[in-house]
Amino acid sequence: MSPDPGASGKTWQANLDALAPPGSRSARERPQRPWVFSTDHRVIGIQYLLLSLVTVAVGTILSLVMRIHLVWPQLALPFFGLLKPEDYLALVTLHGTLMVFFVLTTAPLSGFANLVLPEQIGARQMALPMANAISFWLTALALLVLLGAVAVPGGAPTAGWTAYPPFSAIDAAGPGQALGMDLWLVSLAIFCISSWLAAVNFLVTIVGGRCEGMALMRMPLTVWSWLVASLLVLVSFSVLLAALLLLFSDRHFGTSFFIPMGDLVAGHVHMQGDGSPLLWLHLFWFFGHPEVYIAVLPGMGITSSLLANFSRRPVFGYPMMTATTVLIGLLGLIVWGHHMFVSGMNPYAGTAFALTTMAIAIPSTAKVLSWLGTLWGGGLRLTTPMLFSMGFVSLFIAGGLTGPILAQPALDAYLHNTYFVVAHFHLIMAMAAVFSVFAGVYYWFPLTSGRLMNESLGKLHFWCTLIGAYGTFFPMHFAGLAGEPRHYSQLAGTTAALQSLLPLQRGITYAAIFLGAAQFLFLANLVCSVRKGKPSPPNPWQATTLEWASVDRMVDVNFQRAQSPESATASKRQGWRVYRGPYEYGLRPDRSDFIMQCDSGANPE
Amino acid sequence: MPDNGALHGLAVDHLMKINLAVIAVIFLLAHLLLGIALLKHPRQPTLRRFNRVESLPLMALCCLYAWMAVTAQRLWAANRFEGPSPTAMQVEVVGVQFQWYFRYPGSDATFGATKPQLVNAGAGNPLGLDPHDSEGNDDVVSSELVLPVGREVDLRLRAHDVIHGFFIAGMRLKQNAVPGLTLHVHFTAIEVGNYPILCTQVCGLGHGHMQARLRVVSWREFDSWLAERESKRMAQQAAKAGGL
Repeated sequence: MSPDPGASGKTWQANLDALAPPGSRSARERPQRPWVFSTDHRVIGIQYLLLSLVTVAVGTILSLVMRIHLVWPQLALPFFGLLKPEDYLALVTLHGTLMVFFVLTTAPLSGFANLVLPEQIGARQMALPMANAISFWLTALALLVLLGAVAVPGGAPTAGWTAYPPFSAIDAAGPGQALGMDLWLVSLAIFCISSWLAAVNFLVTIVGGRCEGMALMRMPLTVWSWLVASLLVLVSFSVLLAALLLLFSDRHFGTSFFIPMGDLVAGHVHMQGDGSPLLWLHLFWFFGHPEVYIAVLPGMGITSSLLANFSRRPVFGYPMMTATTVLIGLLGLIVWGHHMFVSGMNPYAGTAFALTTMAIAIPSTAKVLSWLGTLWGGGLRLTTPMLFSMGFVSLFIAGGLTGPILAQPALDAYLHNTYFVVAHFHLIMAMAAVFSVFAGVYYWFPLTSGRLMNESLGKLHFWCTLIGAYGTFFPMHFAGLAGEPRHYSQLAGTTAALQSLLPLQRGITYAAIFLGAAQFLFLANLVCSVRKGKPSPPNPWQATTLEWASVDRMVDVNFQRAQSPESATASKRQGWRVYRGPYEYGLRPDRSDFIMQCDSGANPE
Repeated sequence: MPDNGALHGLAVDHLMKINLAVIAVIFLLAHLLLGIALLKHPRQPTLRRFNRVESLPLMALCCLYAWMAVTAQRLWAANRFEGPSPTAMQVEVVGVQFQWYFRYPGSDATFGATKPQLVNAGAGNPLGLDPHDSEGNDDVVSSELVLPVGREVDLRLRAHDVIHGFFIAGMRLKQNAVPGLTLHVHFTAIEVGNYPILCTQVCGLGHGHMQARLRVVSWREFDSWLAERESKRMAQQAAKAGGL
């Protein structure tokens, strides 16, 4: 075992203070500034995670209301009453927007990267701490603007999270398409800018803030995934912002980017100019598909790291894993057309996008095989974060395998916009990503509170969530194969074939309620553990990465200011120096089970 | 899946079944591995070097993906790259919030011109047929799609207001109807029967109830149906002319 100075009865606050690198806005300074306006990366990370926790709760409640309405349309729910068809579409829109932007983009990337990225690369702090705080507050503002759409006349927008024009471009096209739609556009525009700021911050920190010895090929896979995800944010969110501005200008400044000549809505003929709705689809999905990888790449990084830790062996094929992360990011930019096989796009373009989409299955498969290779024969420690990581692998396989089916335009022409697609992306993008977020929360919780989360409750939470996730989303494949389209508010009044799916859909609703209820276990665990969880040793999981290293391991490093390389300001300061890769696990000749990245070659004992 | 009634649907169903079976097997295999790793694992990890044999599963799966891509593309090309045969029957499909309309070109086999300004569903002109264009005088507009069995049909899809999704599950057919564009799909119905037509792209508050029906009938039945609609239309035109 490596010596753990913090294990000797010091209070956790003292440990936290000791952990804070000198020269940073250290833990000692924290009490002086108001917590909410802190520029400390760890505080901002927690703020992001809390924001997505609140959002995910709201989004889940909305989805349960939809599920209940779908199978019991006559039931009046408290706070919601009897749902009208437009109410259902507003729920769909809000659920999608909240979950995709304010949960799946916010938690895995902004939340966890802020929490641990600087420490994992041995940086003193984020490169741009003030921009970081501004970015969080812009995200919060965007959320408030979006939720504000509920309260305006006409209500929330009903065009779905993809907001296809002309439906989204013309006020009269439906309820919620006036002021509600405007607020939706403004909210997402703010979100684009905040994500941009956050991504620039991560990139600058990763490129410029790494400590001595932290070569690219020594970075943990989490850092690799945040690097690629941040690049994707830069590229894709700028296109989304442009598309949002064009749509806003169509709505208010008389342009016609997305509205064709002669478009007839509610008795009014559009005669201003001749635009194309397909242009929006291209711009939106150029953003929309990389967005999927922004959500799931960090989960892959977390899973790789955690599987290695709890199997006590190196990541199987680390160089291959970095390469596949980059490759998934690159290929992710050229597959957007697979959302548009039946949209009216040229069928030859459909073929091209089908081939690139099939190609992205290859690095994804390589990753799954690496995870299985890491697990197989490993000395598994079945802690809660480990179980959630294995759950990620399971759900990633379940959701991923339907990908190659949907990538085939001939088959997608039947399955497009049915429940089959709902099952596919909820398993892979929602459930798998959420499992990696749970794994991360259970794993890094000691860093934020000095306490461990309760293991028994955690394991119960895992099994209930896994059963609930499969129970909810797996049967949707069958509804989709039976031809049930998404976005239908009820089955009553549709065709006989769809009405015969009612028992199946009822079962899914029961499973969804169970899945939602199981999350109270997590909330209870969170609240109890913050207050009186078991105190954690400084490196509870015997991990190798720097966020767990105690400050005593710092060494004198030459700290040269780049502006004046020849001046005498080069001074000896305490800092990190890294000697090895991030996954040195496994029994070695010297009987140690792991070596931290900051351990020099000499045996510490 | 609902019963298939289309010629190309046979190949689609066949490919779908094979693909589903393949992924089901891979899913079970992978979970078997996960389950065994979960239940039976050594106390101490075994350390080992990467063995070239271990890249075989990846190679095998790559071959599988290549096969999937090739077979699917052949089917896609057969369905969509080639246009309909010149003898295919022409029908226009128009989606409006929240209704499907079908237009048959009539005896002159030519669709009359339409103008969005003339659309007036209340006055019996939901598609905005231009009365000054004589080619539209024999056009038959129906809210039900009736097709003869065994004849290829070329659908031209349009939309007046917003994007709609034209979906006939029984014909294994889906194509969006986009305002400003006329999109063609073609297929051959091979089974007599009724098939629901649904909208699969969110188009507004009535989206879930935007339905129509496809009725595939025998040749004889189709001819008499069309002739009846035709004469009705002619009578209407005559009455209108007389009224003027």
